[in-house]
Amino acid sequence: MSVKLQNISKFFSDPEYPDKGVAAVVDCNLDILEGEMVTLLGPSGCGKTTTLRVISGFESPTSGSVYIDNDDVTSTPPNKRDTSMVFQSYAIFPHLTVAQNIGFGLSLRKKPKNEIEKEVRDIMRMTGLEDMYNRRPDQLSGGQQQRVALARAIINKPRVLLFDEPLSNLDAKLREQMRVEIRRIQKTFGITSIYVTHDQDEAMTVSDRIVVMNEGRVQQVGTPFEIYSRPVNTFVADFIGQANFLDARVLRKSAESVDIMIGTAEKNIKSWSGNPEVGDTVKVVVRPESLRVKKSKDKNDGLNGVISTQVYLGPSVEYQIDQKKKTETFHAVTYNPVESGFFSIGDKVSVDFNSAAAHILAEG
Amino acid sequence: MSGCSLGVSIIMKTGEIKPYISRKYRELRILLGDPLLFIVIAIVGISVILFILYPLIKVILSGIVINDRFSFSIIKEIVSSWYLRQAFRNSIIMGVTTAALGTLVGFLFAFTLARTDIPFKRFFNIIAIIPIVSPPFIGALSIIMLFGNNGFITAGVLGLSNVKIYGFRGLLVAQVVTFFPVAFITLKGVLDSISPTLEDAALDLGGSRWNVFRRVTLPLAVPGIASAMLVLFIETLADFGNPLVLAGSRFPILSVQAYLEITGMYNLPKGAALSLILLVPSMTAYIIQKYWVSKHRYITVTGKPTSSAIKLVNKPAKWLLFSGTMLVSLFVILIYLTILWGAFAKVWGSDNSLTLRHFGYVLGVGFEAVLDTLVIAGISTPISGVLGMVIAFLIVRKRFIGRGALEFTSMLSFAVPGTVIGIGYILAFNRPPLVLTGTLAILLINFIYRYVPVGIQSGVAILQQIDPSIEEAAIDLGADSRKTFGRITLPLMVPAFFSGLIFAFVRAMTAISAAIFLVSSNWQLMTVQIMSQVESGRLGAASAFSVILVGIITAAILIIRWLLHLRFSGMQGSELRF
Ligand SMILES: Nc1ncnc2c1ncn2[C@@H]1O[C@H](COP(=O)(O)OP(=O)(O)O)[C@@H](O)[C@H]1O
Ligand SMILES: [Mg+2]
Repeated sequence: MSVKLQNISKFFSDPEYPDKGVAAVVDCNLDILEGEMVTLLGPSGCGKTTTLRVISGFESPTSGSVYIDNDDVTSTPPNKRDTSMVFQSYAIFPHLTVAQNIGFGLSLRKKPKNEIEKEVRDIMRMTGLEDMYNRRPDQLSGGQQQRVALARAIINKPRVLLFDEPLSNLDAKLREQMRVEIRRIQKTFGITSIYVTHDQDEAMTVSDRIVVMNEGRVQQVGTPFEIYSRPVNTFVADFIGQANFLDARVLRKSAESVDIMIGTAEKNIKSWSGNPEVGDTVKVVVRPESLRVKKSKDKNDGLNGVISTQVYLGPSVEYQIDQKKKTETFHAVTYNPVESGFFSIGDKVSVDFNSAAAHILAEG
Repeated sequence: MSGCSLGVSIIMKTGEIKPYISRKYRELRILLGDPLLFIVIAIVGISVILFILYPLIKVILSGIVINDRFSFSIIKEIVSSWYLRQAFRNSIIMGVTTAALGTLVGFLFAFTLARTDIPFKRFFNIIAIIPIVSPPFIGALSIIMLFGNNGFITAGVLGLSNVKIYGFRGLLVAQVVTFFPVAFITLKGVLDSISPTLEDAALDLGGSRWNVFRRVTLPLAVPGIASAMLVLFIETLADFGNPLVLAGSRFPILSVQAYLEITGMYNLPKGAALSLILLVPSMTAYIIQKYWVSKHRYITVTGKPTSSAIKLVNKPAKWLLFSGTMLVSLFVILIYLTILWGAFAKVWGSDNSLTLRHFGYVLGVGFEAVLDTLVIAGISTPISGVLGMVIAFLIVRKRFIGRGALEFTSMLSFAVPGTVIGIGYILAFNRPPLVLTGTLAILLINFIYRYVPVGIQSGVAILQQIDPSIEEAAIDLGADSRKTFGRITLPLMVPAFFSGLIFAFVRAMTAISAAIFLVSSNWQLMTVQIMSQVESGRLGAASAFSVILVGIITAAILIIRWLLHLRFSGMQGSELRF
């Protein structure tokens, strides 16, 4: 079941100052394919929840349309959309037992009692809630409440499953365990899912594709690999992992590659966003782990500096390298100090990278 | 220059108005798109206007419109009367001193219970609840029986004659005993919400205990104290029972004067004008309380109240607090024991042998009043409770035109003295199209709308605790708005409904200030009967009536609590008060 957002915008007006609106979502276009798990990722307040609530029908968009399975549902009320949400606060009904919570949707559909019970027991087994049938919600741990919320949502076999930061109330260990489980269950049922989080690791783990948002606007849509290794702009590159931004100039351009000048070195780059032209100044992103650090011999390659911070983490070492004269710093991570050498604060070094690990950003 | 800035300001104005209108228009369309909601809002709105606002307007008009013309002559007449000026002054003085003293005693109780580890906490809690669940003039009645001319203490123990208990001092004592529990409940809540770890932290930083109390605890409690004082001021100003019994003619009180003007002089407009004067200070205090104090009220004190060993109070201070609390408690017990004893004593003050004569009298002559009271309170309280829940739901969860006005109007009865309401009802409903005076209906309607704020308050409180996403989850799973309300919201509101019901029932059973204008030979109230027994000097019968009244209320509370316990013992988030 596909979901399509077409030019969705949502403005909230502040009741105190009607003329000062908040643009929560601006001109959002998304195509989510059947059975896909897509994550909305971005900093707090960037409009993720609002987008999700527009899809579920709790907010009506200021403009634009929502399609589920090519039906325009923009003005369909939320109870008729056949979407199921897993809320951040779980929103378990406190006056009902676990089984009554999970069976709530089925009981609204007037299914016979014994069928409901069977389905509820099945889903409880699948979600690891076997012995909880008659428990009250206040007798459950956070992780169990989370499972109840999930079971309650998927038992109705909704067309779309929506998650709003479902794991943010759990401790770190449980969070890692649950995100694997959510992914497993989602794949088992093959339900089209949209998952909101501000945690990049979580997004990387659960998604087929990630939608990076900032200030109400979609920045980039892509697989975890594309988002990490081919970010379109500095925001995306910076938000997902750490990044070095290197200034470069475009020398030559062909259909397959772009030749650029970084410092005094020439590089042939095969990955770029936007449309760099010969003579343009561009930003190149290189991840810390792709940066090779060497003892500096030659001072004229432009990518050298002095080690200013060194953090030893066991399997890896992190360096911060201050460039001479320039205010910029490089971040580098080496994973095999024995082979790549070990540097101390104050060492003069130069950095280099394999041009396959570099990506040219779309913005100047 | 100036023309330019004028232009700018005009543009800004229209810029503000347009979205405002379009938003209101959108709200109206949403409302029309949900007919059930629209009908409910319309019915609630119209009834609130008719039964709360309209009587109030009638009082105001009758005070300033004479023979269809706008005139201040009655007001002038009142202002020029030395006696009535005195009454106004006395009411204010009484209100202010009771507010100060009652809050002080309330704070003593609250602080002692919240911050020391004294024994008998449960006992003190019960003591502080008793005056709330009994008719407000019991204090006055008991004080006369103890300290009056024939009083047990004055005449009996001390052998004094010619004691001046009527007037300021006697009334003040009665008012403080009656109203300090209101301050206690507010301040206990406030102190409980201030985590003792804050005080511990200050102590760790080297503050002396007294300094920590003065510079940490007290400042944090100030909004609560201010709020308690304003509420006490409003309640004292509006109180009718105690002053009628105890004020006496040399210490006139405004609410009583308004009543006497109407029942004694048959001067309805002047009585209305007097009550109108009463309205001014109480509305002022209400508005300060609602829009200023309560804004400063919610101190966000993070962290759960950890079980801290209580360190703020040292040993001597603890026992000092204990003694103070105990002393007040003993006095409260004395007050109530006196009533109990008076109910069984043959002739109070002269023949103390026991008898059941007074109960015989009450259950004979007065039995109709007991039945009437039960019928009126029994019918009006549940209706008032349901109405309160509906209004609370509309206020918290729905957005519609006039929402703010609905909230303000329906909560108005908190601020408007009962005397004003009672007079308003006579003025509003004694001629066609709505002739209700003398009927059961006028009493029911009055009680329903007068005590609806109690239900609204507890409804609002619980709705604000219910995470809105719980209702959204139900909608999301396919429930429409009726099913969501019926299967999710309503069951979650039930505990609040019942605890609101208890308060409303108590209020209805003990009501007098408005009801005294509305009773008739067909429909009587126990409180009014007690009052007339006191006036005709039959203290024994008055006491017996009071004992029965308190007994009924206690039984009702216990039954409701028991039912709730049966049904909702395991339920989460059901804060059951009482
Ligand atoms: N009901 C609302 N009324 C007004 N502003 C809102 C409302 N809901 C969200 N916003 C605003 O919209 C923006 C986006 O919010 P949200 O979608 O909740 O962000 P996220 O989920 O990414 O943290 C925020 O600036 C937020 O303050
Ligand atoms: Mg959010």
